[in-house]
Amino acid sequence: MNWIYNPWPWYVAGPLIALIMFLLLFAGKQFGMSSNLRTMCAVGGAGKAADFFKFDWKKERWNLLVVVGAVIGGFIASHFMSNNIVKINPNVAEQLSTDYGITSANEAYMPPELFATEQLSNPFVLLVLLVGGLLVGFGARYAGGCTSGHAISGLSNLQLPSLIAVIGFFIGGLVMIHALFPLIF
Amino acid sequence: MKQTVYLSIGIFFGIVMYKSEAASWFRIYEMFQFGSFHMYGIIGSALVLGIIGIQIIKKKNLKAVGNQQMQLTPKNKSIARYAIGGIIFGLGWALAGACPGPMYVLVGSGYLSILVVIFGALLGTFLYGILKNKLPH
Repeated sequence: MNWIYNPWPWYVAGPLIALIMFLLLFAGKQFGMSSNLRTMCAVGGAGKAADFFKFDWKKERWNLLVVVGAVIGGFIASHFMSNNIVKINPNVAEQLSTDYGITSANEAYMPPELFATEQLSNPFVLLVLLVGGLLVGFGARYAGGCTSGHAISGLSNLQLPSLIAVIGFFIGGLVMIHALFPLIF
Repeated sequence: MKQTVYLSIGIFFGIVMYKSEAASWFRIYEMFQFGSFHMYGIIGSALVLGIIGIQIIKKKNLKAVGNQQMQLTPKNKSIARYAIGGIIFGLGWALAGACPGPMYVLVGSGYLSILVVIFGALLGTFLYGILKNKLPH
C-alpha cells in the first residue's frame, strides 16, 4: 500500500499537471489558478469600487468550481492518501532549524511554526501570512497570471510575456528567501 | 454535466498538488534554496509536454468541445507589468510558501491559517483592481 502513501515523484506529477492543462483547453478554458480571485472579488461586489471587477462573473463560475474541487482534492489526499510528512534535502532542513528555528522539516507537511492554528494569535505570524497572500494576489493580477497561468499555460504556448513573468517570479522568490528571510525571521 | 467536469478537474488538481508536495511550504523553500530537483522537475516536465501538446493542437488545428476555438490567445505585449508584477508575486510566493492553486488545496487539508493567506490574496487582487489605472503596464 506504500504507493498510495508515498509522495508522487516529479515525473508523475509534471505530466499529470500537463494533462490538467489539456483537459481545461479541450473544455474551452485556460489553466490558471489566480483569476478566480478576481471572480470572487466581483461576486463580493467589488465592481462598485473598480471597473476591473465589472464583468459578467457568472461566465467565470467554472473557475470557482475548480477551486471547490481543489479543496475537496486536498481533503481526500491529506486524509486518505498521505502520511502528511514531507522529506526535503537534509542540508536545507538543518539550515531552517539553525537559522530560523523552524525544526519541523522532515516531520510535517507544513511548518507548525507558521501554520499551526494556535499561531494565529501571534501577530508576527499573522502579518507574515497576510502580507504573503497580499503580494501573491496583487502580483498575480498585475502580472496577469500565476505559476499555472504563466509558468505552465503561458510558457507552453511559447509566450514571451510569460517568460518575463516567470523570471520575475524567481527573482522575487530568491530575493525573499536569500535577502529578506534573514531580516524577517 | 459541465459542472461535474470542472469539479472533477479541480479534485484531480488538488490531489496532484498535495501528493506531489508542490503544496508544501517546505518544497517551495527548498526550491528557492536549490536544494532539490523536485519542483524544477515538476514544472519542467509539465512544460515540455505542454509545449509539445500545444504545437500538435496548433498544427492539427484541434478544436475544443462544441467546436470552439482553443483558448490560446497571445498575451498582451509589455515588459513592465510582467516584470514588476512577477517580482511582487515571487516575493509573496516565497513568503507565504504557497501560490494560488495550493492555497485552496491546503484549505481542504485542514490548515485553517491558509485562510489568512487567501484573505490577503483577495485583498491584493482588490487593491490591484483599484490601482490598475495608476500602475505602469
